[in-house]
Amino acid sequence: MQTSRRDFFKVAAVGGVAATIFGFDLKPAYAQLKELKIARAAETRSTCPYCAVGCGVLIYTIGDKAKNVTPQVIHVEGDPDHPTNRGTLCPKGSSLEQDMLNPRRLTKPQVRRPGATDWQDISWDQALDEIARWTKKTRDATFVEKDAKGLPANRCEGISFIGGCTDTNEFNYLVVKAMRSLGLVYLENQARV
Amino acid sequence: MSQASTELIRISGHPGTVPGAGLNREFQVCKLVDTTTCIGCKACEVACLEWNGYTFSETTFDNSYQTMPETAWNYWNLIKFNEHERADGSMMLLMRKDQCMHCEDPGCLAACPADAAIVQYANGIVDFQQANCIGCGYCMTGCPFNIPKFSPEARKVFKCTLCNDRVSVGLEPACIKACPTGCLHFGTKKEMKEMAQTRADQLRDVSGFADAGVYDPPGVSGTHVIYVLHDAKNPELYGGLPKDPHIPYSVRLWKGPLKWLGNLAMVGGLLGLAWHYMRFGPKKEEPIQPDNGNGRRP
Amino acid sequence: MTNGWVDIKNTDMMLIMGGNPAENHPCGFKWAMEAKRNRNAKIISVDPRFTRTSSTADLFVQIRAGTDIAFLGGLIRYAIENNRYAKEYLINYTNAAFIVKEGFKLPEDGLYSGFDSAAGTYDKTTWNYQEGEDLSGKTDAPASAAHAAPSAAAAPAPPPALPPNVAYDLTLQHPRCVFQLMKQQYSRYTPETVERITGIPKEQYLKAIDMFTSVRKDGDMKQVATIIYAVGWTQHTFGTQIIRTAAMIQLLLGNVGRAGGGVNALRGHSNIQGATDMAGLFDSMPGYLKVPTPTDADLASFLKRTTPTSSKPSPWGSWNYYSNTPAFFVSLLKALYGDAATKENGFGFDYLPRVDRDYSWTHIWEDMYNGKVKGMMAFGMNGVMIGPDTNKNINALKKADWLVVGEIYQDETSEFWRAPGITADEQKTINTTVYRLPCAGFAEKDGSMTNSARWVTWKYAAVPPPGQARLDQDIVAQIFLRVRDLYKKEGGKFPDPILNVSWAYADSAHPSLSQVAMELNGKALADLKDDKTGQVVVKAGQQLPGFALLKDDGTTMCGNWIYSGCWTEAGSQIQRRGTEDPSGMGVFPNWSWSWPANRRVLYNRASCNLDGKPWDPERKQVWWNEAAGKWAGNDVPDFKADSHPKDHLGPFIMNPEGVGRLFAPIGVLAEGPFPEHYEPIESPTKNLLHPEQSNNPLVKKFKSPYDKFGDPAEYTIVCTTYRLTEQYHYWTKNNPMNVQLIPEPFVEIPVELAEEKGIRGRDMIHVISARGKYTAKAFVTRRLRPMMIDGRKVYQIGLPIHQGYRGIQEDAERDARTPANLLTPAVTDPNAHTPESKGFLVKVEKA
Repeated sequence: MQTSRRDFFKVAAVGGVAATIFGFDLKPAYAQLKELKIARAAETRSTCPYCAVGCGVLIYTIGDKAKNVTPQVIHVEGDPDHPTNRGTLCPKGSSLEQDMLNPRRLTKPQVRRPGATDWQDISWDQALDEIARWTKKTRDATFVEKDAKGLPANRCEGISFIGGCTDTNEFNYLVVKAMRSLGLVYLENQARV
Repeated sequence: MSQASTELIRISGHPGTVPGAGLNREFQVCKLVDTTTCIGCKACEVACLEWNGYTFSETTFDNSYQTMPETAWNYWNLIKFNEHERADGSMMLLMRKDQCMHCEDPGCLAACPADAAIVQYANGIVDFQQANCIGCGYCMTGCPFNIPKFSPEARKVFKCTLCNDRVSVGLEPACIKACPTGCLHFGTKKEMKEMAQTRADQLRDVSGFADAGVYDPPGVSGTHVIYVLHDAKNPELYGGLPKDPHIPYSVRLWKGPLKWLGNLAMVGGLLGLAWHYMRFGPKKEEPIQPDNGNGRRP
Repeated sequence: MTNGWVDIKNTDMMLIMGGNPAENHPCGFKWAMEAKRNRNAKIISVDPRFTRTSSTADLFVQIRAGTDIAFLGGLIRYAIENNRYAKEYLINYTNAAFIVKEGFKLPEDGLYSGFDSAAGTYDKTTWNYQEGEDLSGKTDAPASAAHAAPSAAAAPAPPPALPPNVAYDLTLQHPRCVFQLMKQQYSRYTPETVERITGIPKEQYLKAIDMFTSVRKDGDMKQVATIIYAVGWTQHTFGTQIIRTAAMIQLLLGNVGRAGGGVNALRGHSNIQGATDMAGLFDSMPGYLKVPTPTDADLASFLKRTTPTSSKPSPWGSWNYYSNTPAFFVSLLKALYGDAATKENGFGFDYLPRVDRDYSWTHIWEDMYNGKVKGMMAFGMNGVMIGPDTNKNINALKKADWLVVGEIYQDETSEFWRAPGITADEQKTINTTVYRLPCAGFAEKDGSMTNSARWVTWKYAAVPPPGQARLDQDIVAQIFLRVRDLYKKEGGKFPDPILNVSWAYADSAHPSLSQVAMELNGKALADLKDDKTGQVVVKAGQQLPGFALLKDDGTTMCGNWIYSGCWTEAGSQIQRRGTEDPSGMGVFPNWSWSWPANRRVLYNRASCNLDGKPWDPERKQVWWNEAAGKWAGNDVPDFKADSHPKDHLGPFIMNPEGVGRLFAPIGVLAEGPFPEHYEPIESPTKNLLHPEQSNNPLVKKFKSPYDKFGDPAEYTIVCTTYRLTEQYHYWTKNNPMNVQLIPEPFVEIPVELAEEKGIRGRDMIHVISARGKYTAKAFVTRRLRPMMIDGRKVYQIGLPIHQGYRGIQEDAERDARTPANLLTPAVTDPNAHTPESKGFLVKVEKA
């Protein structure tokens, strides 16, 4: 898994010979201390995406956030300043690095056409156009302006939006704003179940 | 962490002087493992793997939450689980973090014939130097805790380093930092011992565990990983923690009065190894068979 | 949580029930361990199985899943009988002294007064307070307002409302005062009855409730106990009522509002609190405001219906903070519709959809199955796995026209059309178009999340999304903007809300989340003046300092009133990182920001006695400062700052009563003012309190072919579902680290059941409910024991939920690829609409 990154570390571990940069000169080298792998990495403060303890995590990336570096995650640890977790993490939080660097991540839009037995790739532009078209078509076909008693309804009864609970407050608010303006009432969330 | 703390005080198979011998050892480090507040979450297992760059081991469900039967060369930290029924019929789930104990008197180091393959720093950390390891496996027989494990791939033996890369720059070990409940604690041996005693007192006086106590076995002159146990009279309940660990007598003898014999034997062994290599070629990799017979009830 | 994670360290006693925090919230659980280590606090763990939380407990009690109200009801009885309650608190801070209307009937037969068995609904007229005055010591006095029984022939009565002046008896002796009714209600919950229902032997039960109530021994108020729960309480057809029982206990014992006390929901997802606050739910608007219904003629009538008026004993005060609903709601409308929201058009009130019935989670799938819901967007939500009744959800999706899934991994929902058992031939008949859009992971986006303790904390992006993956907010914005363009170009049904919704972000297709957070906080749209001095306090265009300045005239906008204060003129409060904690009580006032108004413990006025002095001088949260004429504190007082204790303003400022509700009047709950024990829909026994009314009378069952229920004669085993600490929902089955910790699905079964069935540990077994079959290895354990339920042996088994049909092990076909929710029924709590995933019936077979 993540061969390239792991190999990088093996080199670092083997190559991190005399730990002179840390002020240790152990020569004659009976023993060699491994170099601290996060010594000069950039640190970004984030929040664990899993449970609602909301642990502070520090994401270490290569480089120092200089312009010419594309950051790559090399390690994740708890944020010792965070009053709730004080640097600790559970087995899920401790493995977040593997979540970010996971080869199973989705990286391109795909579509499964009616009757198809597999996915096919689709461009973002086309996917978004088609979704917008579906949305309008279904909304126009199922919109109820007045109910059976003649009372105001303003409901789009043919579309549902279901949201998870690990995205931000701002995302959730934007969803509510957009979906309520489309008239959605089948608007539900992980918070329910 | 002062520089003095990473001076060497013991070097395996070493004929000359030891640079740190006789040093004032004010920075002896210690991990405290309070099994009574351990929740078996395995954060320490993952933190250890992540920090040390090991990722995935194939594992199998074994009628337990335990990840694997024993620690492995690339899995240095393992929670051992035991469903224990007390005399009154009440249930306990005993969970103990198993890892290198960093013995004050390390059996692995005593048994090791290779010069500087195993060293002990003034801070108490016992460290394997794979560059010097000859893969003979003697350390495995010297260890009363079944910790050092042979890697068929690297043909060397590995175990917990007590995160000496972190400790040497003033950080705590990865497992310690991760532990959610604070059942793991890190500091000087003196302070950890006091903290452990205080907790054991509390367990006896407040929580009704009359046999609560601290595990810091004298048979290896104490360890740099100590435990608080609800039942210190029966450490075996905690995933087979030995009651009175000692360096095997054979190793003592070998490295003590009969050291010359050992050296001779080692040279002989190396010659034999060379002959074996020339005769049969390199040893093929054998998959490690998981050992299910760890005595846990179905 | 009324309190917070770190605050748990202040407790003396923890009842952990319906939750397993050691496994599911390990880093929060450290504060429980701190309380144990530093205060000698005790943990009582009540659970259907001995969990890793139980392993740290001072007392573990095994309960039959779904009998929590019986357990807690018996605790109320014990506390009252043994004088282990907080008398001063009870009289002054709860509605214990309030007198209930004549005609109100307790559910000896399982039904409260007013049940219409034909419609299956309640007329709640009698679930109300008696209008009147002080009746202390006048138990014989006739009721001042005669109760008129509603009759079918009479003209429709106006909707029942709470009386402004409530009759009360401070001696708590009046037979219809809340305290006496509560006492009567739970007098039936004797330890013997509790044993028959819950399966907990009487001696063990008495030990547990004695330990818990010991904090209030002889009415002493110093000690504090907390109750900690999670979805083990919510996922029942009476889940809300379980939590209410807990709240009643905490009010009775005077533990609400106090450091180390409260009723603490440990929420399961990183931003489940925020998602609830933002109201991604059919029945609420941001900040827990109500949704419009068809009968609200206009904004004014909606506000009249949804703005409560105070209801209390006449000498007492009630702040009734929700009386500000018009200011909150109009400011929300201004945030939603901007300049298009004018006084003339009711601030765009008519743009909102009107909610006329239950559109909740299980209805989505039912209505999709019935062909009504034709399109679905799912973002970070694996609806097939979450169930209930995975099979039904898969078959519903087969009937949809289109599905959009935004995810970071290949999930079961986007691949419903090739779920196990669906052949290639059948796939060709499934006409659903599915779009799967690659989204951003947590480390790739910024924004704020709200933890279980209501702390709103900003996070920063560390890396860009991989490949072509996009930020979720960009995807939703881009879909929305394209739909809006279509309506602009082509017209269509009621385009007004789409065209008028305010989307004024600097880059509309890539909305900046800090800009959105500022909108949540709200700003002044005109100069705001102080009512008394006439001075301008906030200039037009400035960020508001908090919700106290919100106006109902359109001069303020605010996306979510409870978040007002999160991003003020002083800058972002949710990015603060002050680590100081002057009181040492885990308040951390300068770390991020907590809603509401940076308060860390809700209702903290109740941490003081009537005179405004802390019950425990060693745990001082807030107090009345006589010299300053103000409330002061280590926390932000959850109270009117200058309200003198003599004014007797109630500490529960969000209730129209100003006090905590032991009795929940009229509209609060669907099935009764006091919780009553009902059996789960599938149960091994009839309800032992009232066999004729076994279940919650308000629970409705769907009629689809998938909604089948097991006969207890055939399905004899009680099953409960849960998470393990090593895995997170359906997410970490893609993470090799977590997969190696729990490599395969398993079912935890008692040794005795295993012996009966000839099952050994590691054997493959089937768990079968009326709805589906789950296959996994047996984990034979002594941590689940057979229970005696009314003299009959009943087994319980436990099912972790993590594995599905896409994941590392699933793709390698190392397991049977059966989601746990194939088994669960689509029946829900009539209040919260949460499905009953805990305590359903199954049978077990060797595979």
